[in-house]
Amino acid sequence: MNISMTVNGEEVSREAEPRHLLVHFIRENLGLKGTHWGCDTSNCGACVVLMDGQPLKSCTTLAAMCAGHEIHTVESLEVDGRLDPVQQGFHECHGLQCGFCTPGMLMTARALLDENPDPTEHEIRTAISGAICRCTGYKNIVSAIRWAAEHEARQEA
Amino acid sequence: MQTPAPFEYERATSVEGALAALERLGSDVRIIAGGHSLLPMMKLRLANPSHLIDINDLAELSYIREHDGEVRIGALTRHVDLLKSELLAQRFPVFRDAETVIADPVVRNRGTIGGSLCQADAAEDLSAVCSALKAQVVIRGAAGERVIGMEDFHVGPFTTAVGAGEILTEVRLRVRPGAGSAHEKVERRAGDWAIAAASAAVWTEGGTITDVGIALSAVGMTTIHLSRAEELMRGKPPSDELFAQAGEIASEDCSPSADGRGPIDYKRHLAGVLTGRALRRAAARAGGSATKELGS
Repeated sequence: MNISMTVNGEEVSREAEPRHLLVHFIRENLGLKGTHWGCDTSNCGACVVLMDGQPLKSCTTLAAMCAGHEIHTVESLEVDGRLDPVQQGFHECHGLQCGFCTPGMLMTARALLDENPDPTEHEIRTAISGAICRCTGYKNIVSAIRWAAEHEARQEA
Repeated sequence: MQTPAPFEYERATSVEGALAALERLGSDVRIIAGGHSLLPMMKLRLANPSHLIDINDLAELSYIREHDGEVRIGALTRHVDLLKSELLAQRFPVFRDAETVIADPVVRNRGTIGGSLCQADAAEDLSAVCSALKAQVVIRGAAGERVIGMEDFHVGPFTTAVGAGEILTEVRLRVRPGAGSAHEKVERRAGDWAIAAASAAVWTEGGTITDVGIALSAVGMTTIHLSRAEELMRGKPPSDELFAQAGEIASEDCSPSADGRGPIDYKRHLAGVLTGRALRRAAARAGGSATKELGS
């Protein structure tokens, strides 16, 4: 079937089977390899992308279900060479080691800050509770998201 | 890579359209909403539908509203909306208790109350919540609507009273004065299924329990309705001793199996403790603000 959606602001249309998962549509049909495919069981959160601004696990969503919707992947964060504050925060606070979970963490964090620009540590930990990191112990990820919140507020001021 | 076996996909644009598609496509067709239970089962070939009907566009099935002394919840209402609903938090706080610990926030953006109930997984929380609240569910088919109680909804593991050609459309909760409710769950880590969970709802009048609902998750083949404990409590004043007795019945009347989440005696113990705690919190809420707000 033909599946059309908006990905990172661009209208895309590709042939795919109904059983094709969104994560594979993004990676294989569109060639956007930033989104990672991890546990395949909606547990790890590496595959999180935004649909209409809300984070969802793209390994447990059919591409067909997203037709007509607006998807944002990790590739949308950097604009004209400028990192999103969330990306900058992960850089500044050493919020990653192997980097596998990072795309999902970044998109989950982006959605959190869009909804709640000044989250507490508890709110950050709740927001990323569906994302697993096996390297950092989460401490630096939480710091990175706090860093992004503080610098975003400063930019807007 | 896990991918479901091939199937045909179509998107419903109305409930009537979805019913017509169910009728036309026969018994191998499944409704998909959030998909967070169905798609994993399809990846594992535990479910092999020939057709999926996507109902995510049916905005008419997504609502939480109070109407004629009932709170009515559309089947497509997502976990995140149940969590955030101030109406539910005020009328039936058991929902917020449960939604805080169902899966994780990202999964809660997709999963729906209708999908949770229809999955009929004994470890799932909302089935216990709706059972404790003595909810009624509306099932629509080509011939019209029928309304049944939660006690008749789950007919076996992963099996409900929703027949071929039918869709669950609404959950109805009667608003009664003196109500309090609470959910208690123990899980191994954030977002996991329960090792055991208990939902309790208590309705009081003049210091006496007029009605009570208790249901358990994850400690049997289906959601467990604790009717023996409910019978014991009705007509008595709430007390810690009574809650402890109900807890003892919960330990006796559940039927957990041993698995990676724990042995049988541990789960029986948990069922008892969590039942007592849920009842205590439900009764405290029944005696608190909910009563006053309803009376005003």
